[in-house]
Amino acid sequence: MLDILFYVFSVITLIAAVLMVLTPNAVNGAMCMIVAFIGTAALFVLLEAYFLAVIQVVVYAGAVMVLFLFIIMLLDVDKGEGGATEYNDKLTIGASAIGFLLLVMLVFSAFSGAHLPEPGLSAVSENPEVFNSGVPFTTSSKSFGYSLFTKYMLPFQVAGFLLLAAMIGVIVVSKKYDIAED
Amino acid sequence: MTVGLNAFLIVAGLLFAVGLLGVTLRQNTLVIYMSLELMLNAVNLAFVAFSRYNGTMDGNLFVFFIITVAAAEVALGLAIIVALFRRRQSVMVDQLNALSH
Repeated sequence: MLDILFYVFSVITLIAAVLMVLTPNAVNGAMCMIVAFIGTAALFVLLEAYFLAVIQVVVYAGAVMVLFLFIIMLLDVDKGEGGATEYNDKLTIGASAIGFLLLVMLVFSAFSGAHLPEPGLSAVSENPEVFNSGVPFTTSSKSFGYSLFTKYMLPFQVAGFLLLAAMIGVIVVSKKYDIAED
Repeated sequence: MTVGLNAFLIVAGLLFAVGLLGVTLRQNTLVIYMSLELMLNAVNLAFVAFSRYNGTMDGNLFVFFIITVAAAEVALGLAIIVALFRRRQSVMVDQLNALSH
């Protein structure tokens, strides 16, 4: 059952991502992007990372994509741009396609199982003492808070400071300066 | 679940490849930016898969920080795009070539 869910969500995510890249309309691309993010959140649920799945839906599919849609709406980029000018010339299309195919071949040759040993999935409830070099894997969000305030205290503080810096930076960048000044 | 780690890594790699295709193929700066987010998302998926199959929590915490940084990055990047549009009246990369000549 879970295997079928994995294939379903993987296919949905990949199709939505391809549609996002190929559709000429930016708003349709943003909608496909939301589907791709929610598909990734479903894959997180299959990996038993429930907290991250919720964060993914709230932050990515919610806040980030709403921000994107606002900017697309405000800038109105589709007006006056024909569909033909959306892609680059034939050389760029060919080079992009060749690069894409090479990367896909690399992914399949690296991960198709012949070269890497494939570890089996052990249930969290059966053996909580798995490898125990790091913080042991749990499904509760309580362990997130515990790790954030013990092992990852400094990165947590830096992340908060980074958000503050980004907020001030956005205010400075989007402030309207007088054109005569420069 | 009998699906192994490599299946998740293949999905993550394909998502990354699609994001790279979008970055190189498209001309709209906003779509390029969304493709960059897709690449970040693929890396997040690989992190969570490794974390789950290794039995440690550290990969999940890394994803938490990546999402934080990505949110800050999106806010700043979109502010830059808006400032650029205000100056140039365009977000197409082929018209934003003032530094190349």
